[in-house]
Amino acid sequence: MKFIKFLLLGIVFGIVMTKSEAVSWFRIQEMFRFQAFHMYGIIGTAVTLGVSGVALIKKFNLRDYQGNQIVFSPKDKSVSRYLLGGSIFGLGWALSGACPGPMVVNVGYGYWAMAIVFFFALVGTYLYGVLKNKLPH
Amino acid sequence: MIELLTQPWSWWFSGAMIAATMFFLIFFGQSFGFSSNLKTICSAVGLGKTNKFFDFNWKSQMWNLVFLIGAILGGFLTKQFLSTDVPVQIAQSTIEDLSKLGIGAPESLQPAEIFSLEAMLSLKGFMILAFGGLMVGFGSRYANGCTSGHAISGLSNLQIPSLIAVIGFFAGGLMMTFLIMPLIF
Repeated sequence: MKFIKFLLLGIVFGIVMTKSEAVSWFRIQEMFRFQAFHMYGIIGTAVTLGVSGVALIKKFNLRDYQGNQIVFSPKDKSVSRYLLGGSIFGLGWALSGACPGPMVVNVGYGYWAMAIVFFFALVGTYLYGVLKNKLPH
Repeated sequence: MIELLTQPWSWWFSGAMIAATMFFLIFFGQSFGFSSNLKTICSAVGLGKTNKFFDFNWKSQMWNLVFLIGAILGGFLTKQFLSTDVPVQIAQSTIEDLSKLGIGAPESLQPAEIFSLEAMLSLKGFMILAFGGLMVGFGSRYANGCTSGHAISGLSNLQIPSLIAVIGFFAGGLMMTFLIMPLIF
């Protein structure tokens, strides 16, 4: 039962991603070609509200549903891993038109081809684990 | 009301709903980062035995796997109950650019040239899907996050590493869109 809230949030996320068309390869192409505001509007709205909300949580020391203080852990400092890893991610994002969340939403929508994309994303994740120590971080 | 739900949603409402999803996850003691699921699944199928990067208590991430199951269901429910299957209304300039690559104007959510079963079962089509997925999986773990973890969660917390990652996302995306796709399509 303690997981049902995450199931419901996942359902909402899947519906939002589909109805906003953010799961569409066409929208991702339109974004990378800078030919419409749509995707920038979605991400920009989410980040604007996100920055405001996180600042409020910090300012008022808000607590989670169990009464624990909400803490945001800073990400490890580096340039190479974020720039190189991010660029490889971007190559795949533009080609397949989907990041990991939208991949599975597409499978639910009935695009079986996205199951192949998702499977190879798992293979890519494993490959990173294998090559991790040989890569600049 | 139903009409309002079945037509495509506006960018501002969708963006607000994504922020709300993140804040609910935070309120429930977790964080919004989808690609962690890929690492968790690798661990859950036993790859921790051969590689210690995947040797961790994956069950602690069960909440995120449940979120993933929900996301699949969300896609399914939209298709069944909230979809009018209208073609995605992308910019005319994008339609013209894509036609030069042999991708027709939208007829539904995704281009049949890439995501139909016929395309999937062709060698070239399969390679496009496989390499796309491979790079997303490899890159998200290397960068330690994807669009949700960096572009939404990280930027919301004003993290410079996330900004660098997002710059990387666009560097790679632009390279694929303008340099590589004209060669492979």
